[in-house]
Amino acid sequence: MAAESGKIDPMHQFQIQEIGDPLFSIAGHPIALTNSAVWMLAAAVALWAFMLLGMKRQVIPTRGQMLVENFTGFITKLVDDNIGHGGRKYVPYIFSLFMFILFANLLGLLPLGLVGLHPFTFTSHFTVTGVLAIMSFAIVLIVGFWKHGIKFFSLFIPHGTPLPMVLVIFPIELVSFLFRPFSLGLRLFVAMIAGHILLKVLAGFVINAANASPLWGGVVGVPSFVLMIGVSALEVLVAGIQAYVFALLTSLYIHDAEHLH
Amino acid sequence: MDAEAAKLIGAGLAAIGAGMAAIGVGNVFGSFLEGALRNPGAADGQQGRLFIGFAAAELLGLLAFVVAMILIFVA
Repeated sequence: MAAESGKIDPMHQFQIQEIGDPLFSIAGHPIALTNSAVWMLAAAVALWAFMLLGMKRQVIPTRGQMLVENFTGFITKLVDDNIGHGGRKYVPYIFSLFMFILFANLLGLLPLGLVGLHPFTFTSHFTVTGVLAIMSFAIVLIVGFWKHGIKFFSLFIPHGTPLPMVLVIFPIELVSFLFRPFSLGLRLFVAMIAGHILLKVLAGFVINAANASPLWGGVVGVPSFVLMIGVSALEVLVAGIQAYVFALLTSLYIHDAEHLH
Repeated sequence: MDAEAAKLIGAGLAAIGAGMAAIGVGNVFGSFLEGALRNPGAADGQQGRLFIGFAAAELLGLLAFVVAMILIFVA
């Protein structure tokens, strides 16, 4: 029965593993190349290769250039709609953010485990998404205080608030503002973790049912496998939506910093 | 009750939050579609707001997931 068969550990896929010996050490902590770092490099290289398709700026675009220009046009429109005046200077940042997250999410979904190369979704770690969120939040703070100085705090008081209400509204708005980097990073990493755990749990059903008996394989394994295919398609959608939401919220927050309201 | 059992029950109860988020996300997209079918011309311009609403509703469901994970693996 299933109790004796191998227990599938759905959290194992998120473990950071060192590759090779530590390269150097900082304050006694050995720093080694990890699977996370390797897949970050893979995402960067894949992104670079993708962008090379469309960097020639031909008048008559090739297919690759059309593809790249679709993405740049999409992000430019997003920024124009959400930041508005003075938003064009943030297009490179938001475009890099969007494409890096998108490539990371999609690379993590590749079924390379079939050939023994296990993809690692580094966006499923709060250390990575947290740093991305802090970068966005730092831009908001720096731009906000640079452009508006102390007036930046008027962001926390909506127009026409009566004075007694200001005392209540200000702390609430301040806390909700300070929670932004957490929610930004949390959303991406939990969405990735939840999807990958779901896929692994279903994969465990398929393997254990097939090992138990042909009857269980037919009753439990085959429907689970069909469900896995559907969930995989859903995960590709989620990978795109999460990258889009990250870029969208970053541009909204930058809008607040640029225009205050 | 055993502390370990209480943790697992708590994690199971946290899954209710995921169902609540499903109602929320369904409400966001359902209301959007309702409005979009009445005025298809204005629908494309509101896609940003659609995803902001989706992100806000989804985040609260994901927080329920975080609570479950903390109960199982951390607490």
